[in-house]
Amino acid sequence: VYSAWVFTKGTDKPELKFTGEMAKGKALWHKNNCISCHQLYGLGGYLGSDLTNVMSDEKRGRQYAESFLKSGGPRMPDFKFNDKEISQIMAYLSYVDSSAKPSMP
Amino acid sequence: MSNKKIGFSFLIIAFTSLIIGLFFGMIGGLQYVLPEFLREALAFQKTRPLHVFLVTQWISCCAVGCIYYFMPGVANRQLYFPTLGWLHFALTSFIIVASMIFFFSGNFSGREYMEFPLWIAGLMIVGWILMLVNFIATVRPAYHTAPVYIWSWTAGMVFFIITISESLLWSIDHFNNNIVRDITVQWKALGSMVGAWNMLVYGCTTYLMFKTTGKKELVQSKLTFFFFFLGLTNLMFNWGHHTYVVPASPVIKAVSYIISMTELLILFQMITKWKKTFLQNNSKEHFSYRLINMADRWILLNLTLAIIISVPFINQYTHGTHITVAHAMGATIGINTTLLFSAAFYVYYKEKRAAGIYIPGVTKKALLVFNISLLVFWVALIASGIAKSKALLQHKGFYEVMGTLKPYFNVFMLSGFVLMFAIIVMAAPICKFLLRFVMQKKQQIILQREEQVMVKRHLEEV
Repeated sequence: VYSAWVFTKGTDKPELKFTGEMAKGKALWHKNNCISCHQLYGLGGYLGSDLTNVMSDEKRGRQYAESFLKSGGPRMPDFKFNDKEISQIMAYLSYVDSSAKPSMP
Repeated sequence: MSNKKIGFSFLIIAFTSLIIGLFFGMIGGLQYVLPEFLREALAFQKTRPLHVFLVTQWISCCAVGCIYYFMPGVANRQLYFPTLGWLHFALTSFIIVASMIFFFSGNFSGREYMEFPLWIAGLMIVGWILMLVNFIATVRPAYHTAPVYIWSWTAGMVFFIITISESLLWSIDHFNNNIVRDITVQWKALGSMVGAWNMLVYGCTTYLMFKTTGKKELVQSKLTFFFFFLGLTNLMFNWGHHTYVVPASPVIKAVSYIISMTELLILFQMITKWKKTFLQNNSKEHFSYRLINMADRWILLNLTLAIIISVPFINQYTHGTHITVAHAMGATIGINTTLLFSAAFYVYYKEKRAAGIYIPGVTKKALLVFNISLLVFWVALIASGIAKSKALLQHKGFYEVMGTLKPYFNVFMLSGFVLMFAIIVMAAPICKFLLRFVMQKKQQIILQREEQVMVKRHLEEV
């Protein structure tokens, strides 16, 4: 009963709209195993930064995310994403960002 | 006899997974300190799943191997379906080899701790069903009178089937298209899955406590069952403390917080029995029993940490830092690995028909190094978690934070190396014994073939 409630009412967020572009971005996120280095809501590896709110972060933001996706970084390999793939991953990260704000004060 | 062979076969893949998994852990540790190391050839994106997958296989395969070995002794009858046991073994071996190939080739499903393709998870479910069927058919448990280890093993197998199934729910749009639901259900599945393997390991431990001391109350008293059901409740609801930052219903967090605080009862029970078990000189006890007492110290340390980070106010600072990793390492290495070594050494001494009191000096030393290096490793992770949290509060950038953490990562990596060598030395006598078993089996097959050839020749001559 508890599981059924968690699977439905407990996690219901009708205001979040998930588009086809975001779905493609999520598929790329999965395919490249981004979770092994990056976290979403604290779930994932710690070699890279937490990306839950990367898109709205004052210090990081869209440009920061885009430049890493384009050519990698000191710790991140170059995944050689094309422009379309970059925009799909960014659409997914924007969707994640819209779901909540960071909890740490 | 088939139970022994199946049990040993699982132990072989368990120890092989452990050693290879530690090797990838070492590479991953190096990549933390030297980010350029194998960055393009074998990136962290591959070494992490290889390490995590193999060491978790070590835990489940070692527990499974010991349960197959113990089963006829528990039931007073031979394994009911040896063929299903072998099928389970073949399936597990295939899953391990196939997953490694997928990870090396960069073919991921991209899910935390379950990075292999979906159908591999399906095969895992089939494997657990095969084992559960065999277990019930062999043991035919009468649950109203069954000792606690029967309950633990059953709960472990059932919850593996449930949690692996739950971890696949993201393939349905209802879950995949809602990030809050997806993350919450993923934490639910993974958190409870850890509880499932704990059930298998604790089942082996309570069985060993009974076998090495002969005390029936250890496995059948009301207090034992109270703590079993407390553990089961935590398995089902405690996962929520990982989701304090996820914008799901506050009820999930409240339920989890209340349940996780029941762990205080376990902590209280451990402190009250401190004098009884922790401080006693048990050099005359079976080595397995001594390892169980040693694991108690790690349970105490890790439980204290778990209770602290389950408090929402503290959790908002510790979540997503290496303090969570310290908790995971304390549980999987300090508790589970020590307890699994206790079970494997019990099998080893039983097969050697030895009392289990004499322990080779090198194993004793390795055990000491294991505990010291693990403590350093654990403290370094907690310290780096505190430092990370502090740096994030100061709004430092990610690369600046990682620079601040470098001294802690150096300690973590060096102690990790020492820990790896200590584990390999500890495993050496068991690996040697298992190797001898494989060689004997090979020898038997050669002899059988030679005999068949001779019989054939004889028949031809006649």
